[in-house]
Amino acid sequence: MLIITCPWCGARPEVEFRYGGEAHIARPADPSALTDAEWADFLYNRTNPKGLHAERWRHIHGCGRYFNALRDTVSDFFVTTYKAGEKRPDIDASSGGSK
Amino acid sequence: MQKFSGFELFRRALGGHKSWQPQWRNPEPKAEYDVVIVGAGGHGLAAAYYLAKEHGITNVAVIERGWLGGGNTGRNTTIVRSNYLFDESAALYEHAVKLWEGLSQDINYNVMYSARGVLMLAHNHHDEISFKRHVHANRLNGVDNEWLTAEQVKEFCPPLNIKSMRYPIIGGALQRRGGTARHDAVAWGFARAADSRGVDIIQNCEVTGIRRGPSGAVEGVETSRGFIRAKKVGVSAAGHTSVVMAMAGLRMPLESFPLQALVSEPVKPAFPTVVMSNTIHAYISQSDKGEMVIGAGTDAYTSYSQRGALHITAHTLDAICELVPQFRRLRMLRNWGGIVDVTPDRSPIIAKTPVPGLYVNCGWGTGGFKATPGSGHVFAHTIAKDAPHAINAPFTLERFRDGFLIDEAAAAAVAH
Repeated sequence: MLIITCPWCGARPEVEFRYGGEAHIARPADPSALTDAEWADFLYNRTNPKGLHAERWRHIHGCGRYFNALRDTVSDFFVTTYKAGEKRPDIDASSGGSK
Repeated sequence: MQKFSGFELFRRALGGHKSWQPQWRNPEPKAEYDVVIVGAGGHGLAAAYYLAKEHGITNVAVIERGWLGGGNTGRNTTIVRSNYLFDESAALYEHAVKLWEGLSQDINYNVMYSARGVLMLAHNHHDEISFKRHVHANRLNGVDNEWLTAEQVKEFCPPLNIKSMRYPIIGGALQRRGGTARHDAVAWGFARAADSRGVDIIQNCEVTGIRRGPSGAVEGVETSRGFIRAKKVGVSAAGHTSVVMAMAGLRMPLESFPLQALVSEPVKPAFPTVVMSNTIHAYISQSDKGEMVIGAGTDAYTSYSQRGALHITAHTLDAICELVPQFRRLRMLRNWGGIVDVTPDRSPIIAKTPVPGLYVNCGWGTGGFKATPGSGHVFAHTIAKDAPHAINAPFTLERFRDGFLIDEAAAAAVAH
């Protein structure tokens, strides 16, 4: 089980959280201006990287808030977590992370 | 190819079994192939076999990063069934089941396909009406599936506890032609059959890039053992599909999740069929070796780690212990994870791509083993003809753009 650090509540076990998928996917401001391919890219295509992944988590059995995390999808180590609305930290996977 | 038969077994026994040859070659990669398949799992090897057998294309290489059959082909829970709801899915999986039925003879390799039945349990009214809908839809598509009452369920699978549990069993849907096959034998059998028709299987060779020419068309693959020129490249890389397709500059509607399974210590035959319960998340069958093979769920997050959390397996064991109380005394031997590539509509993609000469077979999610021969068969057709077979024509990449999703809720027999 992963130990995940909620930016508000601190380190808690994975079962307190709900996964929210890839982070930083902004809903297009004017959907009707998009082509079908662009709309499908927003709805369905995902980066799905092997390595560092920016993703959303929700502390559903805690504060209930969404936040973002950078996790290495090979080792499952969390490099960092940060609050929703903040920019993705400029960190690479080699910087270790919480183990 | 040395043919396997009872007579050969007897003849070579007289020589102390010393005359058997390796079942496939271990060749160095050639400079150029007509077709390169990326990924020597069941689906990739089957595609290579059918390319050679049905389309006469034998200048084919199957390139594998690790060893053949070492990914999801060797990690699944070996179930075969075709009781899918929608016409498109039923046609695809039924195509596979029909090939399973004659596969051992076709490739001269005993894949131990055992049509012992697949029983899906209903625990509430919603389950019942949903399964009955599946039964009717399946019948219209010529796929066998029947409704059993709770008593008939108990009679068909006596170890089940149908009453004294929190969610008693009120019935079930049974596909009698469903069952199991030995997954390793499927990989080995297809490898041997493809190799004997001239296909090169190149293991320990990682694809590191896809080279495209000035027109955008595929020219070949960069690998850890050098560049290999190819007129056509078929990607059959399961959980790593997004990574491989990114090498050609394509974004995929896929996410990769760990899916766990586990086996018990081997015991005498105690469980006659395959049982699945979506409502309480149980998924169990007994291998011919005697182990109880149990499918757990996917972890919540995307990962390439090939392992998952213990609470996922503990959750399914809770259900198994209530469903079959005698198994409470079984010890679990091993658990492991495989990385499954999941599409938004839980249906696979077997199709051409926007890149000329590049084809993809992916998105099988949590249930690709059952389709192995059918998937390889239609993928080979798609590559050979540069056009899909009628069966995989709906399973395009463009269906997400065009709104023709195949939203197959039955793709996972248990919820993930």
